[in-house]
Amino acid sequence: MTSPTDKPNDGGVPVPVTPAGASGTAPAEYPPASPAGRGMFGNQGTGDVSGYGGLVRQRQPIEEASRPYGGYFDEVRDALEEAYPAFGDAIEKVVVDRGELTLHVRPERIAEVCQVMRDDLALRFELCSSVSGVDYLGADERRLHVVYLLTSMTYRRRVRLEAAVSVEAPHLPSVTAVYPTADWQEREAYDMFGIVFDGHPNLTRILMPDDWEGHPQRKDYPLGGVPVEYKGAEIQPPDTRRSYQ
Amino acid sequence: MTTSNYASERETDEGRVFTVTGGDWDTIVSGTDPINDERIVVNMGPQHPSTHGVLRLILELEGETVREARSVIGYLHTGIEKNLEYRNWVQGSTFVTRMDYLAPIFNETAYALAVEKLLGITDDITERATTIRVLMMELNRISSHLVWLATTGMELGAISIMLYGFREREYILDIFETITGLRMNHAYVRPGGVAQDVPDAAIVKIREFLKMMPKKLKEYEDLLSGQPIWTERTKNVAVLDVTGCVALGITGPVLRSAGLAWDLRKTMPYCGYETYEFDVPTHPDGDVWGRYQVRLAEIRESMKLVEQALDRLRPGPVMVADRKIAWPAQLAIGVDGMGNSLEHVAKIMGQSMESLIHHFKLVTEGFRVPPGQVYVAIEAPRGELGVHAVSDGGTRPYRVHYREPSFVNLQALPAMAEGGLIADVIAGGASLDPVMGGCDR
Repeated sequence: MTSPTDKPNDGGVPVPVTPAGASGTAPAEYPPASPAGRGMFGNQGTGDVSGYGGLVRQRQPIEEASRPYGGYFDEVRDALEEAYPAFGDAIEKVVVDRGELTLHVRPERIAEVCQVMRDDLALRFELCSSVSGVDYLGADERRLHVVYLLTSMTYRRRVRLEAAVSVEAPHLPSVTAVYPTADWQEREAYDMFGIVFDGHPNLTRILMPDDWEGHPQRKDYPLGGVPVEYKGAEIQPPDTRRSYQ
Repeated sequence: MTTSNYASERETDEGRVFTVTGGDWDTIVSGTDPINDERIVVNMGPQHPSTHGVLRLILELEGETVREARSVIGYLHTGIEKNLEYRNWVQGSTFVTRMDYLAPIFNETAYALAVEKLLGITDDITERATTIRVLMMELNRISSHLVWLATTGMELGAISIMLYGFREREYILDIFETITGLRMNHAYVRPGGVAQDVPDAAIVKIREFLKMMPKKLKEYEDLLSGQPIWTERTKNVAVLDVTGCVALGITGPVLRSAGLAWDLRKTMPYCGYETYEFDVPTHPDGDVWGRYQVRLAEIRESMKLVEQALDRLRPGPVMVADRKIAWPAQLAIGVDGMGNSLEHVAKIMGQSMESLIHHFKLVTEGFRVPPGQVYVAIEAPRGELGVHAVSDGGTRPYRVHYREPSFVNLQALPAMAEGGLIADVIAGGASLDPVMGGCDR
């Protein structure tokens, strides 16, 4: 599954610009141009058939937010900075987008940050609502991102923590000791993305069968993936059928 | 040892293994030595009438006491999240509606709200569309709680309540069919609004339902609340307090039955819930009885909300005005469900080439969504239903993750079951109201 950014510009069809966030240190600015940009009929480029072939869609990169962020975001940042001495080292980037606060955290620090987020009286993020993975293939060298959505029931606030790891070393500490609810959700992220949560009590597959090979929700794992045999007929995996090529 | 048709046995490395397909408990345990073999491991499910779909429980028993309980899920995993990445944003609603099949409107609404937030059109959604969403969600909440009452009743031996619960739920599904063309899996709430307007016939039906339902609720309570077996099997069973709930991420009626009035409709309102008048029922005990009381009270609160939503319905558009996002035409209900209106088809095929192009582009390719990520959570019948949606700027979702309350809540089962009786595993599991379609996605 290659992204259209790899292809030469053929026939005046606009090609999306290279993502600016593709570096080993900074988290992805935005996901890469994926198969979603190819249209449905195998056309390359943006799929723009309007005739205005010279128009290039300019993507606004999601930039690091500048103070003041507005709302409760400043309070959350200040409280964390005060309660957590290693703030400067642990927080890579602060993003405010669409009224949501995202703290990009260095993966090895994630459990510590969660502990402070939960226990500090000015933060009190008691509930870990969601843990999920996203694969930014092609946009980030550390392409596997783990996204934690913390909820403060006391202050009625939400904040997102994001930690990025690479496929070669997909390790980060488990937060199950801080938030027991992350147990199954980390197992799901392991199952689907192959992210290894060190210190998890029982990191096994949860949705896929135990003997399954590969991690299905990675972007280089095709939809379908395995040929299906049904009453003697071989059904091709959906991604090799015409409409998805 | 007596041989039985019901429990064939074989010797393995780990000890004697029985395969049980039915029959009497005495026959099964007669083969074990009660002095030396105190602990037996029982595999319950994945096909078991009281595990709500295909949930498998592995129970380690000492006599009738559960020492360890582990749940195994994934039997209904259909890869919906992966599939979403290969369809355009509007087509997504037809997938997500099939996750938690008892609460399809909630899945759709959460998805639609997430896509709208990504598009930045949250404030452009018409008042009528929002009101219809609230109306449909609250009706859906009633139907979901009715199924909970019905199945839990059945699992604890009350067969009548099962029939009654499903009977009244069918009435709501009938209303849904009038509005959306389908009883379940509606794909009715779409990014930008709803697929089509509510017909007058449905309003009449909903009013009738509101008139009928209080009597039925009284009937349920007469059947269950004073009944000794029901109270014995629910009171002080599968207790989980607020601390336990929050640590394990349990939300919804289970958390409220422990005494914390955490309801996203009140605490983090969406769809204009802050303008409606309703209460958040709680219960101090945190047991199965409390969850039963909370769910019954929530049905009553939902009826209040439905009534208010009906009163607020003013004529108006049900789709966002932006033609680059809105579905090209209002859909129509035919005999086989929802589809394009014949009028619209006649127009694009016979009169307007531009309309045809517009329709074709929007339907086949879909609209583009600016890159970024959002998290939107709503209060589903089982708790916080969250959608984490990521866009790369294309016409298809880059990643959609559902924070499914069934999935998260099921983690509480060992905490509720261990140390209790095996019969209470059923009551405790049922009180969590897990729907495996949502849990496994």
